[in-house]
Amino acid sequence: MKVELTVNGKDITADVEDRTLLVHFLRDVADLTATNIGCDTTSCGACTVLLDGESVKSCTVLAAQADGRAVTTLEGLASDAGEMHPVQRAFHEEHGLQCGYCTPGMVMAIVSLLKENPSPTETEVRQGLEGNICRCTGYHNIVRAALAAAASSGEGASR
Amino acid sequence: MIPPSFTYVRATSVDEALGLAAEHGEDAKYLAGGQSLLPLMKLRFAAPVVLIDLGRVTELSYIRDAGTYVAIGALTRHHDVANSELLLADIPLLAHTAEAVGDPQIRHRGTIGGSVAHADAAADLPATLLALDATFVVKGPSGTRPVPAAEFFKGFFETALEPGELLTEIQVPKPARPAAWSFQKFNKRAIDFAMVGVAVQGTSVALINMGSVPLRATAVESALAAGASVADAAQRAAEGTSAGSDIHASRAYREHLARVLVRRALEEASSRS
Repeated sequence: MKVELTVNGKDITADVEDRTLLVHFLRDVADLTATNIGCDTTSCGACTVLLDGESVKSCTVLAAQADGRAVTTLEGLASDAGEMHPVQRAFHEEHGLQCGYCTPGMVMAIVSLLKENPSPTETEVRQGLEGNICRCTGYHNIVRAALAAAASSGEGASR
Repeated sequence: MIPPSFTYVRATSVDEALGLAAEHGEDAKYLAGGQSLLPLMKLRFAAPVVLIDLGRVTELSYIRDAGTYVAIGALTRHHDVANSELLLADIPLLAHTAEAVGDPQIRHRGTIGGSVAHADAAADLPATLLALDATFVVKGPSGTRPVPAAEFFKGFFETALEPGELLTEIQVPKPARPAAWSFQKFNKRAIDFAMVGVAVQGTSVALINMGSVPLRATAVESALAAGASVADAAQRAAEGTSAGSDIHASRAYREHLARVLVRRALEEASSRS
């Protein structure tokens, strides 16, 4: 079937199999490979992207379901001038990554979380990340990065 | 993992969905948020020939105050149920149960009707809707019929829905004392399905994963009605249940969990009200 998605602000039209998953569309058709495939069973969150601004697991969404909608991947976060998104910068500054595999999903989950709750408590950050697994168990710095990103966006304060 | 091949069709209204279901017959399956169905398809536990996507049937996404009850469109997402001011005020048990489903990403996609129609014995919302005495409105080729929650769940992944019928609305009576609620779920990891769970509203008690369908803990409810203490009533939580044994827990351990969680839930519900 023919699908047309807006990915990181760019329209992409393609003829795909009906069963094509959004994550495969992003990686294989749009050639955007920051979004990783981890567990493939809606558990680990490595494939998290934004669909119309909200976090979803792209291994559990059909490209057909996203037809006509807007998708944001990690590649779409930085400014055109290359300036990192506050959440990316916070990961850099707080050492929020070890092997890096879960990082794109973690960053997208946090972008969505902070949109819904701009100044979360540490508990709210941890609960908000329950759908994302870090195999290196680097959670403390990931949570610190989320809180730092919230604080740097003005409103937030780490409570 | 990629799901087995299927033909994707899209409905934009309830009537169109029913028409597509009639056209494709038993080979077809409705797709709501897909957070349960797509994983099952990837694991080859389900292989529908046609998927009827309901994602754009916007007429079924609403939460309305209907006086004595709240009417919720079947395609309302968990995220919207969890954040509904109306539900948080009048039926907090339901909002907080929706907040306990899966994780934020799943709650952005999964729907209340999808969870009910999927009828996983380990799912959170069916038990809460059973405790709240909800009614499910079902639409089919021959009209619309209401099905009480107590008659809806028939077995593992099996419901009172006939082929081609569509769950359109969930009607939830407003409890007399909204604050007298508790939702308890025991699992190993945050996003796991409940090993055992309990939903309490007042003196109504429903159990998750203690049989092939969500169950009312009738022995507990009768004991409470007869004046038993919470601790004594909770001791009867496993009566009439048929929990399975699996890699996660034995039947005996599930029965123990049911007694402990029912006690905690009743204590929490009474401390809130």
